Amino acid sequence: MLTIISRIFYYGFKNFVRNGLLSTAMIAVVSLSTVVFTGLIIANVATGNMIGFLKDKIDISVYFKTTSTEDSILKLKSALDELPEIKAVEYISADRAMEIFKEQHKDDPNITQSLAELNVNPFQASINIKANDPSQYASISSYLQADELTQYIDNVSYAKNQVVIDRLTKLINGVNRVGLVLTIILSIVAGLVVFNTVRLAIYSNRDEIGVMRLVGASNVFVRGPYIIEGVITGVISAVLCTLLLLLITSSLPALFSGSSYVDAALPGFSFSEYVYGNAFTLFLYQLAFGVGVSILSSFIAVRRYLRS
Amino acid sequence: MINFQNVSKFYGDDSTALEEINFKVDSGEFVCLVGKSGAGKSTMIKLLVGEEKPSKGRVFFGQYEVNKLGSKELPPFRRHVGVVFQDFKLLPMKNTYENVAFALEVAGRPQAEIKELVPQVLDMVGLGDKLANFPHELSGGEKQRVAIARSMVHRPEVIIADEPTGNLDPFNTWEIISLLQKINQLGTTLILATHDKEIVNNLDKRVVTLDRGRIIRDEERGKYILI
Repeated sequence: MLTIISRIFYYGFKNFVRNGLLSTAMIAVVSLSTVVFTGLIIANVATGNMIGFLKDKIDISVYFKTTSTEDSILKLKSALDELPEIKAVEYISADRAMEIFKEQHKDDPNITQSLAELNVNPFQASINIKANDPSQYASISSYLQADELTQYIDNVSYAKNQVVIDRLTKLINGVNRVGLVLTIILSIVAGLVVFNTVRLAIYSNRDEIGVMRLVGASNVFVRGPYIIEGVITGVISAVLCTLLLLLITSSLPALFSGSSYVDAALPGFSFSEYVYGNAFTLFLYQLAFGVGVSILSSFIAVRRYLRS
Repeated sequence: MINFQNVSKFYGDDSTALEEINFKVDSGEFVCLVGKSGAGKSTMIKLLVGEEKPSKGRVFFGQYEVNKLGSKELPPFRRHVGVVFQDFKLLPMKNTYENVAFALEVAGRPQAEIKELVPQVLDMVGLGDKLANFPHELSGGEKQRVAIARSMVHRPEVIIADEPTGNLDPFNTWEIISLLQKINQLGTTLILATHDKEIVNNLDKRVVTLDRGRIIRDEERGKYILI
């Protein structure tokens, strides 16, 4: 068995070298498909980050009546903290709200002066709520409208922003869905391109496969070298793809006079940072894709000629 | 050793390739299978090496019932047979040495044995100096000699030659035929399918004549006679 395995490896490598032109064409096709696959991974991460960034921007604020005591507000805050759909709750006291306002408008003497002339703090205490998922704001909002809370709460910003929040939620869900469908379709297309190229290459070898069978070669012995060729093609393609990706990433600053242009186009996602930080993981994905698709294609394509 | 029992082969409803073939070959025999193109010679050979299955009847080869062999059992069975074709069927990406060595490699024979045996056999067929040449660098006669070397290197019990001289000039034809005779004299059973009258008449061996899928004559030391 060991002899057979070593011969399969030997012929896999030898055929790969001897079929130079065909091997080069295969590498080109598998590399291109791996590029598409890598593009899909990066696009998914980028949209994921962008969606996260947008989600993070959505929140609702609950404004409390000036008559509400801090104790009752904090009680409500800790009750909200317990809710599973809530990610974070931040309490901003009336004094803190005034400080923030003053800080933001310190350069505007009119506002500073008008505030100073008021004897009371016009600001309301509030809590800022971020949900795990934007679609949950509606239920949080209705929770806050419970009868026993109306004595403390003046208003909830959700009512004001409901349209925008709903639209963003729909947009996010839409992007997610379209992204998933596109990823699946393009991955299948990339896989099919490789599969058909391998099929054509093996079709051109069908007579040879027939001769090997007539001489007494077992299915493993016939199929093995094709699988090894597939592995070599996949590995070389993954290496080429990673090098290409790194080259593109490193030349981005020069192309766009500073990669901030690209980063600004995708809020919440830095392309170069992602690529450099995940180069090895990306390489492993490419390796899995290139080698996987090549092996599977060879396996299936040879099978139909092994029946006689 | 080889036994066809009531073998028929039909392609579709109205095409009969072989009909009621009963035919035996003993170990060490040299049998000429003759007949016009389409008489059923190649079909008989395909049934014998398991490339096709009979529509009716059974084909035995030694302990194997060939018509019952599955795709996994065929390769080990075929290592008992050597086949030579009109179109050589060499592996184009392998050189002469590798083409011959391939028949031993598939059987898992050790490398040392292959290294010793292959040059010997290639010497025997007169190609000792062409080990590194690829098929496209060889003449027709040379290619057929490589094919014969490949078919005999693993010492099969029988060599089946299907029109081995069909693509060769008269000089190369006789080289190949005398090579086959030599192999037979060394003890290997030989089945030669041909429609070359001159070869058959000169060989003076057993002749089985096929016509339209039936055996019409089977003679020891026969001649090529077609009605």
